[in-house]
Amino acid sequence: MNYHWNWGIYWEASPEGTGSYADMLWSGLLVTLEVSAIAWVIALLIGAAMGVVRSLPSPWAKRISGTYIELLRNIPLLVQLFLWYFVMPELVPDAWGDWLKQMPDAPFWNSAVGLGLFMSARVAVQVSTGIAALPRGQQAAGTALGFTLPQTYWYVLLPMAFRVILPPLTSELINTIKNSSVALTIGLAELTARTRAMQEFSFQVFEAFTAATVIYLLLNLAATWAMRLLERRLRLPGYGAG
Amino acid sequence: MNASAPVIRMQHVSKWYNPHFQVLKDCSLDVTRGEVVVVCGPSGSGKSTLIKTVNALEPFQQGTISVDGIDLHGKGVNLPRLRARVGMVFQHFELFPHLSVLDNLDIAQRKVLGREREEARARSVALLKRVDLSAHAEKFPGQLSGGQQQRVAIARALAMDPVVMLFDEPTSALDPEMVSEVLDVMVQLAREGMTMMVVTHEMGFARKVAHRVVFMDQGEIVVDAPKEEFFGAVTNERARVFLSKILAH
Amino acid sequence: MFSDFDFDAILRALPYLFRDGMSFTITLTLLSALGGLLLGTLIALARIGGGKLLAMVAAGYVNFMRALPLVLVIFWFYFLVPYLGQWLTGAPRPIKVGGFSSALLTFVMFEAAYFSEIMRGGIQSVARGQSSAALALGMTGGQSMRYIILPQVLRTMLPVLLTQTIVLFQDTSLVYVLSLTDFLGAASKIAQRDGRLVEMYCFAALVYFLICFLASQAVRRLQTRVAIIR
Repeated sequence: MNYHWNWGIYWEASPEGTGSYADMLWSGLLVTLEVSAIAWVIALLIGAAMGVVRSLPSPWAKRISGTYIELLRNIPLLVQLFLWYFVMPELVPDAWGDWLKQMPDAPFWNSAVGLGLFMSARVAVQVSTGIAALPRGQQAAGTALGFTLPQTYWYVLLPMAFRVILPPLTSELINTIKNSSVALTIGLAELTARTRAMQEFSFQVFEAFTAATVIYLLLNLAATWAMRLLERRLRLPGYGAG
Repeated sequence: MNASAPVIRMQHVSKWYNPHFQVLKDCSLDVTRGEVVVVCGPSGSGKSTLIKTVNALEPFQQGTISVDGIDLHGKGVNLPRLRARVGMVFQHFELFPHLSVLDNLDIAQRKVLGREREEARARSVALLKRVDLSAHAEKFPGQLSGGQQQRVAIARALAMDPVVMLFDEPTSALDPEMVSEVLDVMVQLAREGMTMMVVTHEMGFARKVAHRVVFMDQGEIVVDAPKEEFFGAVTNERARVFLSKILAH
Repeated sequence: MFSDFDFDAILRALPYLFRDGMSFTITLTLLSALGGLLLGTLIALARIGGGKLLAMVAAGYVNFMRALPLVLVIFWFYFLVPYLGQWLTGAPRPIKVGGFSSALLTFVMFEAAYFSEIMRGGIQSVARGQSSAALALGMTGGQSMRYIILPQVLRTMLPVLLTQTIVLFQDTSLVYVLSLTDFLGAASKIAQRDGRLVEMYCFAALVYFLICFLASQAVRRLQTRVAIIR
């Protein structure tokens, strides 16, 4: 192989003049973390709401949540980001569109919201599955004690449903982080984008990608570890095997 | 509140799951204050459905039910408030697994009745003592035996100071050796004058404390008789067959 | 705004979008699914009955692939494959690899990790009773896997495998980062050439939605049929 390895490249100054290549990757990592965090909060909130709606007995509720979930699940994330970034500003009234286009961090907010909504459909499916997995009598017990429907969900069903779905939620969190890399297509300077930039500036393809790979692996480990910790904290004595 | 009016008055209640399947057929039943009524019948006879209509956990299409003088289908009825005054004990306990025993007793007192934390806690502690589970107050439901869980469930219902207690096959999910600890609590309650409607096959319990026994079959109330009459000289053929079957073992 | 939405622009682009773009997307999807399933099955077999070392390598591969973003993997292969080819063929310089081949190799390797997990779950659930029955009939382990277990796994796991293929179909849109002309790439090229971003991206979204939605409905129907047969 006539490839010239240079593992010291990370500490060399990048042509951007703002520090070393390592700094470049670091800034990308921070953006990846920020976008993933905001997207995850959106995904959890809207996903929980839609999951609850999906679990309601009313056929209308099922139709609304079903439409929402199918729409977001059956369009590629990349296309969804394009819709938010390129199409949305043209479809809203001109004044809003101009505001959207001139927003200082447009790629950032578009990615966070787009990714958050994309993931919310998956979270919604998990939440409604979790609720359906609870014994049917739990809702009856809440109702019989005089809880209103929202109270039954809040005090009885959701606390258990979320415990049940913690493991799949862990993979969805990791998916959120991984999917944030798609945002490089709308110009977000996240980790993969900064890795690409490093590769283009330095021609050290494999050093750049190796660094990104290691960082993503570490992010995986960190997310898994954090969720395990949460699982352990929420574990109920005597309930289930694990 | 009228002392002589029935706590539960059920008149001509009919329920259909679909146009071809009627689960309750013109059921009428009164339970007066301080009365213990045992409902029995073969499985699928509609007895569980019947008891669940009392606090509107099961909707019904025809007839009226009033609890403590309040019509379930009445205008502006606050169903959650009404249900809060009707205690219910389920076949599968249905404790909330994510809450400790004490919190299971506290939560509806605070969130539904609006009691202060200390007031609710004092009531919970007293009731746990009454069902003889003070030692398990901080445990989670998953750490208790079935019999213990069901006693907690009874205490949870009592914490709401109900005007009537409904029991839906409270011992049928229990291992045989745990049945008596639950029945003992129920007998005690009955002797203290609690109004109770109990779906059960435990005829020993019925003999001991019931005032009336109701026998259901295929969605109908076939027999509604004072205990002595029911066990002494039940005239209904279906009830007799049923009784001989469950008393045989 | 919708008032100047140009349907004509879509109509004019249709031949290009489908003849060039969609055929690329579908070819890539089907070949990747096939290759991914084959490789994935081999990986699953290695994990289940391949001896300790092989099982560990296979598990490591699966976990490694599933930890990485697809976009990064696409770039990895795009830059790595020419060097690998040089190394394999002994050529004097990195060989030239077409965009399609690079993408195909990427998706086969990437999807194999996901398909292998599906196959592994299936094999484990079927093998429990069936493999002892097959062994009792005098079959070898390999025979029992080939004639008894794998056919059943493919059948019961078919809905899940197809669902994963629908995900793969959506994921192929990411070859956009290599500027290849898949369906989305074609739409994007027209969008930029004609300044018709709204029309092109809305249409692309609609097409993806219809295909994926109808396909997943079909899978759902298949799922209930498979469930009844079992």
